[in-house]
Amino acid sequence: MKVTAKEVKHIANLSRLTVPDSEMEKFTEQFNQILNYADILQKLDTKGIEPTPYVLPISNVLREDIAVEGVSHEEALSNAPDVQNGGFKVPRVIE
Amino acid sequence: MDLYKSAAHELHEKLIKKEISSVELTENIYKRIDQVDGDVKAYVTLDKENALAQASKVDKMIAAGETIAPLAGIPGAIKDNISTKGLRTTCSSKMLENFVPIYDAHVIQKLRADETIFLGKTNMDEFAMGSTTETSYFPTTHNPWNLERVPGGSSGGSAAAIVAGEAIWALGSDTGGSIRQPASFTGCVGIKPTYGRVSRYGCVAFASSLDQIGPITRDVTDAATVLNTICGVCTMDSTSLNEEVPDFTKALKTDVKGLRIGVPKEYYAAGLDPKVDGVLKKALADYEAMGAEIVDISLPHTEYAVITYYIIAPAEASANLARFDGVRYGYRNMKATSAPEMTTASRTEGFGDEVKRRIMLGTYVLSSGYYDAYYLKAMQVRTLIRQDFENAFEQCDVLLTPTSPVVAYPIDGKMDPLAIYLLDVCTIPVNLAGLPGISIPAGFVDGMPVGMQLIGKVLDEETVLRAAYAFEQSHEYHKVMAPLGGK
Repeated sequence: MKVTAKEVKHIANLSRLTVPDSEMEKFTEQFNQILNYADILQKLDTKGIEPTPYVLPISNVLREDIAVEGVSHEEALSNAPDVQNGGFKVPRVIE
Repeated sequence: MDLYKSAAHELHEKLIKKEISSVELTENIYKRIDQVDGDVKAYVTLDKENALAQASKVDKMIAAGETIAPLAGIPGAIKDNISTKGLRTTCSSKMLENFVPIYDAHVIQKLRADETIFLGKTNMDEFAMGSTTETSYFPTTHNPWNLERVPGGSSGGSAAAIVAGEAIWALGSDTGGSIRQPASFTGCVGIKPTYGRVSRYGCVAFASSLDQIGPITRDVTDAATVLNTICGVCTMDSTSLNEEVPDFTKALKTDVKGLRIGVPKEYYAAGLDPKVDGVLKKALADYEAMGAEIVDISLPHTEYAVITYYIIAPAEASANLARFDGVRYGYRNMKATSAPEMTTASRTEGFGDEVKRRIMLGTYVLSSGYYDAYYLKAMQVRTLIRQDFENAFEQCDVLLTPTSPVVAYPIDGKMDPLAIYLLDVCTIPVNLAGLPGISIPAGFVDGMPVGMQLIGKVLDEETVLRAAYAFEQSHEYHKVMAPLGGK
């Protein structure tokens, strides 16, 4: 087994997710199934091979520094779950 | 008149000859949607009022003698991960159930400029993660050829809408096969353009190095027509290519004499349904009879493609979906008493299982201690997969493969995630290498459509379209409508 339920819990926390105890066994099993399958990659010697993060030769795209119309305040807030005084309202961040 | 059975290029002729009006056409399609979407469930949201207003506008343009674009006044459907200003865009997720975009995707801006019509937004696997539409927060879409079967995915709603007569053309998005596989399962045409051909601006990001928007249509001519409109560089997507966009309809020729068609043996291996194999062998024989040259090819790293994808795509997804924190938009748990608790509760309740699984897998392969073994390794294998294709295209002009090793399977949720992932073997390598690929109908197995995939060189959609068109025009598969239980 690659990962235990305890590690899955840790990964869930890093992902800002909770896996309920009732589903932990199934989740851990499916997780391991995929990671075990990933072992086939170890058959390949990839020493010295350049990684491909993007298939295109990507470079910075620049434009003239000209002010353009942006998103309005009202539009930016239009999908917010909670708003106060023209800002996004969230529960307390610091105790 | 059953206008819903027609292709966009046929309807365009009827519109400019004033044989029909756009309002009449649009109403005809909504009538069809009323009639069949209770069974098919292709749509998440309809926008009838705006669609009919737009149709009326186009009718006035035609009456005034204005020249109209090929898609003007022709109703289409948009996958629900493509931003439409003012029209709910859910990604078939509870997370975005009430999300109304404040801007249009680049492709939508271009289609609007051509005065086309948007009927509504189509169902998909949640955040495009899945191959069946079963991971949708909304009801699963049903395959119009057999309502007990999946339509494929993730663009299953768009593909089902086309073959059920619920849209004339549609947009999908393709990260690992999400346009081509549902096109194959439902018997229509779907093309994933070269990575960068179409701007991703406004397409809700899943895996940014792989995502690409493309058309799903009734025939190859319509695919070329939609491509003509949506391709092109955009200042809001730094990965969109500043390359001249040809008139793709000019590539539609029935002559394939001397065309070298590569047959990669790894795609015809174990796991391929023998009946699907039979359909493809017949297609190859047809091409040979038309004067094409068949070349045996090997793409030796094919067996590593699925896992390479299922490391890279979740890694990118875990970063992209970090934006859903319950603060600025999307679902929020209103009971949480602290901000961190609110974010975790909102994500846990807002995302479905498949999305959670992929976010966690991505988080794992990027985490310290595992990055080199999984993510870096996968990016290196991606290089080998790319090189396989580069070598292959020294010997041939286009590759012919199955789109999927199987036909559409039953809606029963019985397969485990890995078994479903492994069925993406024919489409995934194309995304990893950034190549253009099309799926077109090639025949039937047990009453279900079989798709064949044609893969081209970078930016060579024209050869792909030409090969597809030649096959299509010598067969009748694109003219057969799905039975839909007799409706």
